[in-house]
Amino acid sequence: MSGVALARPGRRWPASLVVGGAVVGVIALLAILGPWIAPYPPEEFAVLDRLRPPSAAHWFGTDEFGRDVFSRVLAGAHYSLLMGFGATGLSLLVGVPLGMLAAFHRGWVEEAVMRGVDLLISIPPVLLGLLILATTDPGLGKTVAAVGLVYVPIMTRLSRAVALGLLAEDFVDAARARADGMVRILWSEILPNAWSPIIVETALRITFAILLGSALSFLGLGPQPPASEWGLMIAESRPFIEEAPWIGLMPGLCLCALLVAVNMVGEGLRDLLDPRMRGRGHG
Amino acid sequence: MAGFVGRRLLSVVAIVWAMTVLVFGIVHLLPGSVAHMILGEFATADAIATLERRLGLNDPLWLQYWRWFSALLRGDFGLSLTMDRPAGPLILEALGRSAILAGISIVLVALLGMALGIHSAVKRGSVEDQVLTIAQYVFIAIPEFFWCILAILLFASWLGWLPATGYTPMGEGGVLRWASHLVLPVATLALGLTAHVSRMVRSSMLEALDSHYVLAARAKGMPERVVLWRHALPNALLPAITVLAIDVGLLIGGIVVAETVFSYPGLGRLLIYAIENQDLPLMMGGMIVVTAAYALANLVADLLYALLNPRIRYGGAA
Repeated sequence: MSGVALARPGRRWPASLVVGGAVVGVIALLAILGPWIAPYPPEEFAVLDRLRPPSAAHWFGTDEFGRDVFSRVLAGAHYSLLMGFGATGLSLLVGVPLGMLAAFHRGWVEEAVMRGVDLLISIPPVLLGLLILATTDPGLGKTVAAVGLVYVPIMTRLSRAVALGLLAEDFVDAARARADGMVRILWSEILPNAWSPIIVETALRITFAILLGSALSFLGLGPQPPASEWGLMIAESRPFIEEAPWIGLMPGLCLCALLVAVNMVGEGLRDLLDPRMRGRGHG
Repeated sequence: MAGFVGRRLLSVVAIVWAMTVLVFGIVHLLPGSVAHMILGEFATADAIATLERRLGLNDPLWLQYWRWFSALLRGDFGLSLTMDRPAGPLILEALGRSAILAGISIVLVALLGMALGIHSAVKRGSVEDQVLTIAQYVFIAIPEFFWCILAILLFASWLGWLPATGYTPMGEGGVLRWASHLVLPVATLALGLTAHVSRMVRSSMLEALDSHYVLAARAKGMPERVVLWRHALPNALLPAITVLAIDVGLLIGGIVVAETVFSYPGLGRLLIYAIENQDLPLMMGGMIVVTAAYALANLVADLLYALLNPRIRYGGAA
């Protein structure tokens, strides 16, 4: 996938990519190993150990039910990762084919797809998420789908623009002359050349996908208790914020670390794949 | 210009109309009956049948849509199911309070973001620029609700300077009491967005400062102040407007969260309340109003952009 561009010799990997990638990797590893290395079962009540501050026995303290916050944070790591990577993956899966289809079939197909994109883009992201989650029972899958849908129009627009440029190239004319079909042209001529900008955009979107997903969970529209999704943990900690601030602070700090790291990976990838944009912000 | 404004206004109308279809469609086409959703899982079959009759839920969908839509056009948002009051005034009142939050935040974000971005760009590579750049990097990625928790902890719990939650109308507690409830929500809303805007302004300002026209102005011997304010800045402002327009979308998300955390009785809090209590008329009306507000904000951004950019004459492709 990205191997083509990444393997180009003589290009130094930006520090932000290395550092951010390492942090994301560690968090992903902890999320996978969580069930084995967690010191306590994340959902086990221990009434005698309620609201204990961080200590050697409970690194992140305990919550209002005596549950070990560190174990819960470990058990919750996969939610944020799934929301970030799952939702952007979903938007890629839907958006890229749609965008390419629109680029290939000018005319009414393009018109229909792009007007749909215009509409979805004119709805504030959080509202689109709320609309989907409000009317159905909440859960991890729904949150991922809702966040993914928010980013479909952006991916569609981008891949259409990229594909339009590529479709004018000579190698596409050659493929057409060979009487290659649409699927074949898009799959083996356009897609391999379109990855760079799409990867950069995707990487930068993951931060916003995690932000939106955890905000929806925070509002109670994501995974439901007793799940230990980090945004939900922070929401549940609010009544105890003065008594036991660690219940909310610990998952919050982990979420911030993950978000900053993912953002660094995105910016690093852009520097690597799109040197023109080096040192510039994104919109 | 008049044609451009007309076309953009028309697209605002189209967006809001399409949203009414989308909201209505999602609420009514999803599995599970609306009456069941309103009455909850313990409702008897009788109660469901009665409510379905009362709300006209057995009529064909297009008729139901038309009834709801034509009432909307007359400004009638229906009756809130949980509060037994017309939803329209509730929504408008909440919208006003949210608009205050949004307005103060976006002005603050625009001023601070531009000032910091320009400062960073002019002092490129200095310690200040590096500190600001790292701060932007971090602040963009930190969720509003975490800022909210930190702000409540620091300013309300430990220092006790500001009220953590609630709202006092200006008429009841005076301007100071009213403003004290705005400080924390506005501050938490502005942090992340200011980082975003200042980052964008810095990069477009750097681009302008590296351009040939700035080089030419300097070569003519113009004072640096004039180069900065007359040549570089006007060109760097255009991308800033685009970013501000994007940020209005993020701001709406932030407002929903901040109003919930700070128990501020705005439209975001009202929407979450309506969702939690399955108050469909309130929820649908609220969503339409938010979409309309967002579309209008984007319209304003487009008009500003066109006004500030004399090259844009907006032909067929806008």
